[in-house]
Amino acid sequence: MAAAVRQVTSAAAAGSHLWRRLDLLRACPALTLALFFAPVAAGLLGTALPAFGWLPVLGGTQLSLEPWQRLLLAPELPSALRLTLTSGFAASLTSVAIVIIFCAAAHGTRLFRAVERLLAPLLAIPHAAVALGLAFLLAPSGWLVRLLSPWATGWTTPPDLPTVQDPLGLALALGLVVKEAPYLLLMTIAAMAQVEVKESLAVARSLGYGPMTGWLKAVLPRVYPQIRLPIYAVLAYSLSVVDMALILAPATPPPLAVLLMRWFGEADLAMRFTAAAGAILQLLIVVAAIAAWRSAEAGFTRIGRAWIAAGRRGGNARTIRVAVGVVMVALLALASISLLANALWSIAATWRYPAVLPTEWSVTRWLREADDLGPLAWTTIALGAAATLCALALALGCLENERRHGLRVSDRGLWLIYAPLLVPQVSFLFGLEVMFVAVRLDGSWIGLVWSHLLFVLPYVFLSLADPFRSLDERYARSARCLGASPARVFWRIKLPMLRRPALVALAVGFAVSAGQYLPTLFAGAGRFSTLTTEAVGRAAGADRRVIGLYALVQAIVPLLPFALAVLLPARRAIAAAARPGR
Amino acid sequence: MSGELSLAGVFIRLAGQELIAPLTMTVAPGEVATVMGPSGSGKSSLLAFICGTLDPAFAAGGSVRLSGLEISGLPPERRRIGILFQDDLLFPHMTVAENLAFGVPPGPAGRRARRARIDAALAEAGLAEFGDRDPETLSGGQRARVALLRTLLSEPQALLLDEPFGRLDIRLRTRFRQTVFAHARSRRLPTLLVTHDPEDAAAAGGPVVELTPADEDGDKAPGLSVIVPFRRRP
Repeated sequence: MAAAVRQVTSAAAAGSHLWRRLDLLRACPALTLALFFAPVAAGLLGTALPAFGWLPVLGGTQLSLEPWQRLLLAPELPSALRLTLTSGFAASLTSVAIVIIFCAAAHGTRLFRAVERLLAPLLAIPHAAVALGLAFLLAPSGWLVRLLSPWATGWTTPPDLPTVQDPLGLALALGLVVKEAPYLLLMTIAAMAQVEVKESLAVARSLGYGPMTGWLKAVLPRVYPQIRLPIYAVLAYSLSVVDMALILAPATPPPLAVLLMRWFGEADLAMRFTAAAGAILQLLIVVAAIAAWRSAEAGFTRIGRAWIAAGRRGGNARTIRVAVGVVMVALLALASISLLANALWSIAATWRYPAVLPTEWSVTRWLREADDLGPLAWTTIALGAAATLCALALALGCLENERRHGLRVSDRGLWLIYAPLLVPQVSFLFGLEVMFVAVRLDGSWIGLVWSHLLFVLPYVFLSLADPFRSLDERYARSARCLGASPARVFWRIKLPMLRRPALVALAVGFAVSAGQYLPTLFAGAGRFSTLTTEAVGRAAGADRRVIGLYALVQAIVPLLPFALAVLLPARRAIAAAARPGR
Repeated sequence: MSGELSLAGVFIRLAGQELIAPLTMTVAPGEVATVMGPSGSGKSSLLAFICGTLDPAFAAGGSVRLSGLEISGLPPERRRIGILFQDDLLFPHMTVAENLAFGVPPGPAGRRARRARIDAALAEAGLAEFGDRDPETLSGGQRARVALLRTLLSEPQALLLDEPFGRLDIRLRTRFRQTVFAHARSRRLPTLLVTHDPEDAAAAGGPVVELTPADEDGDKAPGLSVIVPFRRRP
């Protein structure tokens, strides 16, 4: 009897072992890593080799330092570097400062909750659309000047001032802050949910600390480690942005990343080697900037500890609180007004300086461009949907695998998830294109979706991870004990309970894909245009009405799934919902 | 027909610390045995081990037999052990009837027969009109009864009770406890109850095993201190 039982047991064990070996789910993390890192690593390699003269397709068959010599001798380089560093650091420092001071000053207020609700749709608007709107807002002949002219300024013609594309890159920095500060704020709010903010503040307040000082001393030290990676992502992005820089930064010379794009596109193929060396330089700049930020953190920690130990309570700090509230509202207003400016231009027939509103209106532009917009919107939507659905499947697979096998993503793992957001796009996309050419994926749908997946997956994973992990595991356990297999538990219990966060993750991923500029350009090999590439491409053209139209459509498409995700009811409507008055 | 549930040398460790020292006990069909212990003593982990849902972070071993068959190598859904938790854990995205249907094993019976079975069970529990309701609209006592029905409809061969009476107020608790025990006895299910409430243990009327918690400084403590083999046949 005992022997028979043992036999049964070992047979069952062997069966489950075999089942486990065939488990597709177990392959999920490995598959994700491969899909994720292979392109980044291959792309970096494919950029690094040409940087040292090796690219047989273009006749580079010998390793040499010539590309670097040509790069360092390029007359545009010094001012391009200066522009990159000033705008990148100005944008990052300002964004971080505004977010931290705003959280310290406004946490728990009605303003804070109102801002919080606006964040998600605001983040969905592509960088390029915001930049195009801002360009009109800030231009010498733009809305801000028109509102004040000629009655206050006396300017009857647009003033000759470099308010956009200024040599210091301040307009670019402002554009970046408008987009990056809301992103950091959202990440900070998510981080605060992991810390007992209310309790810590109550203790600090009861010990006599002012609301702002209390937050800075009791909450920030615990929140900062969790927003460190998002901050680095903002820093990396700000130092290497292309689409916003094409619109808001000066063109002669442009910031480094734009200069590199120009070189990559030059007819003289030899320039690609120089550009590749520049792309590696761009990577080094970002790595050095993150390292510098990290060491500054250490200094701040020391100062902060001393400040906390000194025990100063801080006052009500009313002035700062009001001021930072105004700044935050102004940022959100700038983003919304940019959209509005785009909308007005798209239906303006005549809108001359200094009229505050168009003097003649027309919808003919919409009708005329409809034939072009249709296919562009279709490509954008199909691409976004494909990349986002792949990302969702991979993210769910990894999270479910993690749950079933008790594995958790460590802090180091989180760095891996952030990798495509920390490596400058321009530094590996050229190499990726080279690799895609080698395996004949260049200009194909697969290559294009894959390149978008790299940037969509981190956001989908991060926005799904917390809801998935905080799902009460006992629901799954009781389902198992009711006789349901793990697969049935996943499809019937977990997925329906996660429907809402999954939809939000889809909306986030779709917005990220819709806003991508460089990946479409490189991986699409000129064969695919999206609303974003087209809007940026047309920004150089003269007709503001067309620009406004494209920027508006570009901003609306990624908002659609957001609206859907937000509007859907939280729970399935259940029949006979006659609820007893409890 | 269900047989006895027996544990032999079951131990559970977490990060090298012993939560449950090797434990051996047998629960006869229709008998309700109780494992007593304060929170943190590993009672819930013991039940999770028996039904196969113990978190992989724990190290556990020993033999679990149901009707003489070793089940500790089987996945939870093939062990045929039902469990009730302190929270009812009704799936919030399903109606009451859908929750029950989730528990009914698939079989040759058609959709209509399954639904009839669910309706009959609801009627028997005095919940006849509640099938299409959202579980959230039910009272605590009603939800607890639905959770019990769901577990019983899955045709378990043994029943585990993880403090399922703790959340109910006193009056409901006594009644629900009687209902659960009555079902367990009438179906001759070997039943294992974990609780920190001596009243539960007394009402169960089966053998009682008492677990002691780890020492304050977290040192290993003997997991099993007393076995009180008192029986009070109803």
